[in-house]
Amino acid sequence: MNIVVCLKQVPDTETRIRIKDDAGKGIVRENVKFIISPFDEFALEEALRLKEKLGGQVIALSLGPDRAKDALRTALAVGADKAVHVNDGGLAGTDSLGVARTLAAAIRKLDHDVVLFGKKGVGLDRGQVPAQVAQILGLPFAGQATEITVSDDGKSATVDREIEGGRERFEVPLPAVISREKSANELRHAALKGIMAAKSKPIQAFTLADLGLDAAALQPKVLVSKMEYPTERTAGRVLQGDAATAARELVRLLHEEAKVI
Amino acid sequence: MPDILQKAITQPPEASPEGGHTQVLLDAEHLAFRAELRAFVLREVVPIAEDYERAERFPSDLLKEKMAPQGYLGIPYPKEWGGRGLDYLAYAMAVEEFSRAWGSLGIIVAAHTTLGIGPLYNFGSESLKKAWVPRLAQGEIIGSYGLTEPQAGSDSGATHTTARRDGDGYILNGTKVFCTNATHAASTTLTAVTGKDAESGRSRISAFFVPRDTPGVMVTKHEDKLGLRGSDTSTVILEDARVSEHNMLGREGEGFKIFMQTLDNGRISIGAMALGLAQCALDEGLAYAHNGLGLFKSLFAEQETLALLADIATDISAARMMLYGVAKLKDAALPHTQEAAMAKFFASEVAMRATDRVLNLLGRDGGIRHDCPASRAFRDVKLCTIGEGTSEVQRLVISRELLRNYAKGENK
Amino acid sequence: MMTLSETAVAGPSFELTEEQRMLQDMVRDFATSTLAPRAAAYDRSCEFPHDNVKEMAELGLLGVTVPDTYGGAGMDTLAYTIVIEEIAKACASTAVIAAVQNSLVNFPLMKFGTEEQKKKYLPKLASGELIGAYSLTEPGSGSDAVAMQTRVRKEGNKYILNGTKVFVTNATGAELFIVYATLDPELKSKGVCAFIIEKNYPGFSVGRHEEMMGVRASGTSELILDNCEVPLENLLGTEGEGFKIALATLDVGRLGIAAQAIGIAQACLDYSLGYAQERKQFGKAIATFQLIQNKLVEMAVNIDAARMLLWRAAWLRERGQNFTKEASMAKLFASETAMKAGIEAVQVLGGYGYTKDYPVERYFRDAKITQIYEGTAEVQKIVIARHLTNPA
Repeated sequence: MNIVVCLKQVPDTETRIRIKDDAGKGIVRENVKFIISPFDEFALEEALRLKEKLGGQVIALSLGPDRAKDALRTALAVGADKAVHVNDGGLAGTDSLGVARTLAAAIRKLDHDVVLFGKKGVGLDRGQVPAQVAQILGLPFAGQATEITVSDDGKSATVDREIEGGRERFEVPLPAVISREKSANELRHAALKGIMAAKSKPIQAFTLADLGLDAAALQPKVLVSKMEYPTERTAGRVLQGDAATAARELVRLLHEEAKVI
Repeated sequence: MPDILQKAITQPPEASPEGGHTQVLLDAEHLAFRAELRAFVLREVVPIAEDYERAERFPSDLLKEKMAPQGYLGIPYPKEWGGRGLDYLAYAMAVEEFSRAWGSLGIIVAAHTTLGIGPLYNFGSESLKKAWVPRLAQGEIIGSYGLTEPQAGSDSGATHTTARRDGDGYILNGTKVFCTNATHAASTTLTAVTGKDAESGRSRISAFFVPRDTPGVMVTKHEDKLGLRGSDTSTVILEDARVSEHNMLGREGEGFKIFMQTLDNGRISIGAMALGLAQCALDEGLAYAHNGLGLFKSLFAEQETLALLADIATDISAARMMLYGVAKLKDAALPHTQEAAMAKFFASEVAMRATDRVLNLLGRDGGIRHDCPASRAFRDVKLCTIGEGTSEVQRLVISRELLRNYAKGENK
Repeated sequence: MMTLSETAVAGPSFELTEEQRMLQDMVRDFATSTLAPRAAAYDRSCEFPHDNVKEMAELGLLGVTVPDTYGGAGMDTLAYTIVIEEIAKACASTAVIAAVQNSLVNFPLMKFGTEEQKKKYLPKLASGELIGAYSLTEPGSGSDAVAMQTRVRKEGNKYILNGTKVFVTNATGAELFIVYATLDPELKSKGVCAFIIEKNYPGFSVGRHEEMMGVRASGTSELILDNCEVPLENLLGTEGEGFKIALATLDVGRLGIAAQAIGIAQACLDYSLGYAQERKQFGKAIATFQLIQNKLVEMAVNIDAARMLLWRAAWLRERGQNFTKEASMAKLFASETAMKAGIEAVQVLGGYGYTKDYPVERYFRDAKITQIYEGTAEVQKIVIARHLTNPA
């Protein structure tokens, strides 16, 4: 069983995000610590468990600048067998579709029975890439999976997802693209042996040219026009006076300031 | 340690482990009182200290049945008020001797005598005093005190507890934390905001004497502490607790000043406590060196051990002279804010160093055991650099006084 | 960027290799998420933390420097010190358990064991199937190891040991013990032998559990040897080599304790720094007060210095050089740093720091032990002084 896991690096969730000065279209990335997106970690753990059950190999795939190698090394240390890094300056500023096209091209070069993603990257939180990749590859897509069970013959998978007041169950033929919801199974820690072994596992590098892609075709179709900080929550106000006075003042404020009545 | 105490009682002062310095400060009466204290401690405190500490047991029985009859719960208060009628120096010596055997007992007595009774005795009305001081000084009941609040630690002026005028009384609301003795006390003296100064906008703080059984007074959260585990440190919550106006100590708005003066005396008592704990450490170190339990006897670090003992003993002697000196200043009714701060600061830092170093000496022979007296003293003493004004605050108090006196054209 | 494992002419590096960084991240994360939440409860109960030990074993933390041919991770000395430091930040008891296993049990086996002994025991120690302990101290001899009273004699195809060992870390959880005994006290250091004793050998028992002031969950207990029968093949090294083994072991052990002390000190700094930035008095965060800042600064400077001393000692060891003096220096300085940091951390947190609601009072108690075991400050100074006056 060949399991491809796509990993994206995002700013550490504890980072205080700062918006760039240039017309506020992006965030400051200098001196920011990057981590593997938490949902991708669940996907990676899922991949490792699938491999433990069914045999085969786990291939970690990441699109990003040099620092993406850290994410891939971590994946190798926790048990991934191979890693693939797509790194090309031409990808700077691309949108979800551009990412999806690139990942799809890389996945085509790999044997893949199951392609796993986290349901969304905890950064831009768009959650589009998994479905787009499936579409481009012509593969079935099951999103926000809470449970994945591969059939004994390895030809299909049962995927559960939570819905309001219940659960949906899909049957998908493999190969398929599945995105992983949060899980009770946190990504395992890398054992020391894994860390040492990661040194000798290869990271295959691809440029756009290697994938037969052209940077011009990956220009973003969706452009960010502006980024803003959320409005600060102001402190609560305690109204003075007796009940009748306070009530009158409250009505006035709700009408004139908050404009809700 | 009992060996050392036994020796200390029967030996003349010059031969006592503390050295002869204090002879110049102690007259025959004080020496006799010290001998009495040591005999008492040997007989009544040493045998129970470790067990009570381990069980975190507040020594109500010891206090009421053994100490009260000796007047040990009101040492510096006059006999006509139910006290033992001795001076502050004698009281400081008592806290020192109690602490030497059992830190928890030292703080219980100090908090009760200086902080629980002190503000009442010095600033309460005659009728309030008559109603409460004799019972407290005679040890029938225990007193406690509440100054610290969750947001008012070193910044003790940031009191949020309020006292609202209500007819001929005040309604109190607020929370006081780290109140020593509170769970077992019949009363708490505390500060509360009674108003705002019209000009400066600052809170006017007043002092109150609050009986424990006042409706609306709750004692909760018995703290789980690093040391002093035989003593009780708790939170006092006041919820619409009404006290009579006669329970105000001093005048309205005088509360902060009252407590600052109280802390001057408190510093003497905590300094004494630190001194006793330091002495305990030295006692243990001397016994260890003398008995040659030392693994170092033949080859290792004799000089280091000897120097360590000398350092500690010298430090303690200096701290003791300073502390007894401050007590005498107070007894002579002379100003002693700076000196009290110095004595508390020095004694507590000395004691921290002494217990720290002695444990290294005792090493595996007990230094790391939970129940070794030096180990207990080490945990107990850590409070002394914090309680009743941290060392950092003491340094600010000292420097403020220094500069104030310098500006006045004199350097005390 | 030069690293510890590279060129022979280079000096020590201040940077970690990629593996060391990954290791540090992993252990830090493991310690924070798994060990830290359990630390206070173990401190209270004094129970041996079997779950912590099992999880450390699964990650390979109990055989950091054991070669992979024996089931270990085959990492270097610096990596080992990183492991202990990160664990100690969360739980000092768990850290010393790991340190004893790695330094005082794995190491002497690796260095002095026969191939059979190594094959028999190292894989199980590295995997955590066996927990090890090490016992040198007796009621009458600690730092003065030559005054050992535990006796051994040969009888047919066995060694028979008699005596008592005290303050044996890990004892309550261990199944394998490195025990030192003397053939004849008159022979002084030349009579000491080291033995590998399995818990079930006749005449061997774990005695009274010591209730300690700090590292309370480290399983420290007594060992009682009452005509304890040890197979001849469980002699470690040769007869009379025991003292040499003990000294070599202590050198490595001191690296572990130095790392533990640094971890405790770092925890003190991290916690009091965080607290000081939140706690407000007089309208300002107390971290803005110089007197508080000074405490934090002293902690930070001393911790950095201690870590540099430790890394330097580790670097020397990796290059096969004598590191006895440097290990002593690191242990001496690091443990003093930890004690000072503990005292000041409680001071920074004030009254709150004195309660068990906050972890700093535990750091205060744990730090004290690092000044005492594996050689008190006095002993370290003697070791260093000897090297100063007689440079080897």
